[in-house]
Amino acid sequence: MTVEDIWEMLEDVTDPEVPVLTVVDLGVVRDVVQLGDKQWKIIITPTYTGCPAMQVIEDDIKARLSKEGLETEVELVLSPAWTTDWLSENGRKKLEEYGITPPQDEGDKSVLFGEKPLIPCPRCKSKNTRLVSQFGSTACKAHYQCNDCQEPFDYFKCLK
Amino acid sequence: MTKQEALFEYLLRNADDSLILGHRLSEWCGHGPILEEDIALTNISLDLIGQATELYKYAAEVEGKGRTEDDLAFLRLEKEYKNVLLVEQTNGDFGKTITRQFFFDHFEHLLYEGLSKSKDERIAAIATKTLKEIKYHLKHSSEWMIRLGDGTEESHERVQESVTDLSRFTEELFFQDEVDEILIKEGIIPNVKDYRIAYEKSIAAVLEEATLVLPEKDGNSMAEEKEFTLNIWVIYWPNCNICREHIQGWNGKLITNNECLNYELCSLPIRNS
Repeated sequence: MTVEDIWEMLEDVTDPEVPVLTVVDLGVVRDVVQLGDKQWKIIITPTYTGCPAMQVIEDDIKARLSKEGLETEVELVLSPAWTTDWLSENGRKKLEEYGITPPQDEGDKSVLFGEKPLIPCPRCKSKNTRLVSQFGSTACKAHYQCNDCQEPFDYFKCLK
Repeated sequence: MTKQEALFEYLLRNADDSLILGHRLSEWCGHGPILEEDIALTNISLDLIGQATELYKYAAEVEGKGRTEDDLAFLRLEKEYKNVLLVEQTNGDFGKTITRQFFFDHFEHLLYEGLSKSKDERIAAIATKTLKEIKYHLKHSSEWMIRLGDGTEESHERVQESVTDLSRFTEELFFQDEVDEILIKEGIIPNVKDYRIAYEKSIAAVLEEATLVLPEKDGNSMAEEKEFTLNIWVIYWPNCNICREHIQGWNGKLITNNECLNYELCSLPIRNS
């Protein structure tokens, strides 16, 4: 069993709230450490501090590795803080296909009333969209609507 | 007071602020004025409770008495909570909830930016993480202040009333005692006194755009209104099987006389929680 094998197994563990993404795509897995012959430690970081998915992710990781007869310890670290920059290229593609607009480069936005970024509609690709609410169905998403095709959609908001 | 005691106390204070405000916001769940705001308020609530969890976890480790974050969050009596009075004020109408949030977010934003540079690595990590979330809260409450203040006659009037009512609680955000002094000296926390002007400026900028005004300061600005905490629905409080009165105590374990405390109406033994 090598570190690469473990990373491969982690590709089977998906985010319970955005099931199209694996925990590796999401950038939640920070490190994989071998502790013993059959013991591994997986270091994960939360997307948001109150993210209720973290416990499920921890259990799912343990369950996946125990299938191969491995014992797993999962450690949660806060630093360095997760950023949407850690979403993999593959993950961004999968999000878009799933109907969630991946984080757009929002530039150096000021905290209050900064320039609003153009968020493309995942359905018709129009950039003529409007923000409905900065807070969406999960902590990591904002709610948008397309002005052209009228599609309401989730935007995986930038966290930097 | 040792550095460790001061750190424990400080973590608890900040965790309590986040927990109580998060709890207050969660009372909006299913009652928001529109669906989007119902979701927004509960999202912010979740962030705050997440933030509180991290602070309680660290506090429990600093204390080193085997208590967990849940023990600290829930297994204390209501008078032992150390939150600032602002966060426990009742929700009122949507305008009041937003005003309370607005006064708190602007403070938290400054404080956590300072804490993110703490010499204590754990505090710095928690602050760096939560600061990203606070920025969204700040934007949310500030935009709503403008929308409500510069909105209709009624929205203006109601939100102005809340500004007048709640602004007196902002003074407490800058209170300091021995705990703060010890930690400032150690470089663990910033001196919030240095943020006073920045706070007033950032509040004023939004209020001006919102066509709202702060009331004139008077000497007697903060009343003793600690009873508000009592209104918070604590699920660990058992209720009497007969009269349904909620009894202060934890799962019945700490109730010594084993009787419903609603003497006037009931006073019958509690059979279970």
